Amino acid sequence: MAKVIIKLGADISTDIIYPGRFMATVLPTETPQYCFADMSEFNRQLKAKEIPAGSVIVADKNFGCGSSREQAASCIKGWELKVIAKDFARIFMQNAINLGLDMVICPAIEASEGDEVEIVGGKVRNLASGKEFDIVALPKARQAIIDAGGLIPYTRKKILEKRG
Amino acid sequence: MGMTMVEKILAKATGQAAVKAGDVVEPRIDLAMSHENGALVINQFAEIYKNTGLEAKVWDPSRIAIIFDHRVPAESSKTATNQKKIRDFLIRQGIRKFHDIRGDEGGICHQILPEYGYVRPGTVLVGTDSHTTSHGALGAFAFGIGATEMASVWALGHGLNVEVPGTIKVTVKGKFPPFVLPKDLILFLIGKISAEGANFKVIEFHGPAIRDMSTSGRLVLCNMSVEAGATSGIVPPDAETVRYLREEAGVQDKLDLFGPDADAAYDQVIEVDVSTLAPQIACPHKVDNVKSVDQVTGVKVNQIVVGSCTNGRLDDIAIVASVLKGRKVAKGTRLLVFPASTRIFRKALQKGYIADLMEAGAVVMNSGCGPCLGVHQGALADGDFALATTNRNFKGRMGNPNAEVYLCSPAVAAASALTGVISDPRTLPPLRLESEKPKAARKGQAGAPKRVVKKAVKRVAKKPAVKRVKKVTKKPAKKPAKKVVKKSVKKATKRPFKKQVKKPSKKPLKKPSLKTPKRRK
Repeated sequence: MAKVIIKLGADISTDIIYPGRFMATVLPTETPQYCFADMSEFNRQLKAKEIPAGSVIVADKNFGCGSSREQAASCIKGWELKVIAKDFARIFMQNAINLGLDMVICPAIEASEGDEVEIVGGKVRNLASGKEFDIVALPKARQAIIDAGGLIPYTRKKILEKRG
Repeated sequence: MGMTMVEKILAKATGQAAVKAGDVVEPRIDLAMSHENGALVINQFAEIYKNTGLEAKVWDPSRIAIIFDHRVPAESSKTATNQKKIRDFLIRQGIRKFHDIRGDEGGICHQILPEYGYVRPGTVLVGTDSHTTSHGALGAFAFGIGATEMASVWALGHGLNVEVPGTIKVTVKGKFPPFVLPKDLILFLIGKISAEGANFKVIEFHGPAIRDMSTSGRLVLCNMSVEAGATSGIVPPDAETVRYLREEAGVQDKLDLFGPDADAAYDQVIEVDVSTLAPQIACPHKVDNVKSVDQVTGVKVNQIVVGSCTNGRLDDIAIVASVLKGRKVAKGTRLLVFPASTRIFRKALQKGYIADLMEAGAVVMNSGCGPCLGVHQGALADGDFALATTNRNFKGRMGNPNAEVYLCSPAVAAASALTGVISDPRTLPPLRLESEKPKAARKGQAGAPKRVVKKAVKRVAKKPAVKRVKKVTKKPAKKPAKKVVKKSVKKATKRPFKKQVKKPSKKPLKKPSLKTPKRRK
């Protein structure tokens, strides 16, 4: 069970998630400070640790559209937030899977800020409304990467197999 | 069933007779490109090899390209240190396709790759930049990936678990009307199919208007395909592709030229006739919020930006220079021009475009990405309105979430620079007035730009004015600017450029122009 901490609209771009002017900062350990930097109140709450790990961002369609900057995935991952969106833009989704960001595709999701949600048996259940919404599985082509715990361990395994 | 362009390329890259959309493949990578975010790739690359006892060596240094463009010259010590880290890595790994901060061979990655012949038809190209889609203009399957994925490519030399994308076929017919450009076509398409209309798909461009288009124009289409969510845009290679590679990129070796099969299976087929297309504007804050120019004419703009990997090529600069030559950028409007590469910059210098632009009041900046994504120079003030030939107008994109960004073609940017408000280039006065046109220039120029432009003016004037946006929300700072706004909003389409017509005729130009307005073929 986790709380919806913020509800966002459609086409949330990587410029919103991680503004370009902070792109010189690249390390996953340093990017979380600029997470949603232009949404200053949300950013302040994150930095003040007012938002517990596991909290949920709910978004409409095409979350993460725009740039390929991986900081957009690593900055959310750094705060250990979960993203439930109607769907995701391609590069963001791949970056998120590669880094092991907790993400859920839920095309019909209905939730408001403050609602408690939980994921049970392939569905998102909104405890506030009592409604359940189907989850779409992440692309199966990428499942092996998810199972390995991200792209770095997956590639490491591949290299060792190759040289092995 | 036959194969689409991307299916054929991926079949070749995996050594299979055929693949189809939905298959999961591991294609070998022909070229892997990064810019300053190579610093993160290096970090992730080292992570992969951690505790393996193996030496971290890239799979093939000749297939890796690094181009510094996002923040050049470095805007901060942090960037400078990242750039230094990358230089050291390149030397250690023997990577030679490197374009540093230099006036002879520097520029934006998506211009450098085609310009230096690094892109070949029928190959697979990945880049840690979403606009890597650009290189489909030369018939490659080119797509953006994140830094960790690039680290994996550096280690293995192939993509991991790539799902063969489906394809949307776009057939473009008709001839572009004067002052309507490939940028208008791609903005129109994005508006039509939406910002995620091509998510996880490839857009394949066909039709006579594409065959007639220069590589420069095709780069615009493929570049912005990602703004419809596309994995890549692609133009099947043809005579123009070969011409570009041989004549402009200096490629000597054999080319593997192939197109899709005639009976390829497409997810969707879209037809567009450009002969009736008007200039298009993407309005804040989404690239698919596209309107015809006449719906936003009159919006005052504080800053106009011409450049980027989308529209910073020589033909783009030529259009702007030919419109501005002998005229002035409206007071209260800043015009920034940044050529896509230093080679383009030098050509623009030789042709006199840079002098024309600067005399008109433009600020010409070094080649790089800076203002487009708000990382380096050209930041906007709170409440500013910007008009840009770049590719994104997301909130905060140009460095300030309290500013508004409109996207347009170089022709719209040029027309608007004269008036200080968003203006329709088709209502421009004749570019070269009779009085300022030397006889020698008239001789060999069958195009007769003057006549063409006049026609366009007439046609537009006849059209009933569509809805005008009178949203001039800001108090214009200076009086002259205010006047211009009022005039063009009130007078609607009829002759918003009347003032500009008179000016040059009263004061004939000192240097008569020999140039015709550059049009894409």
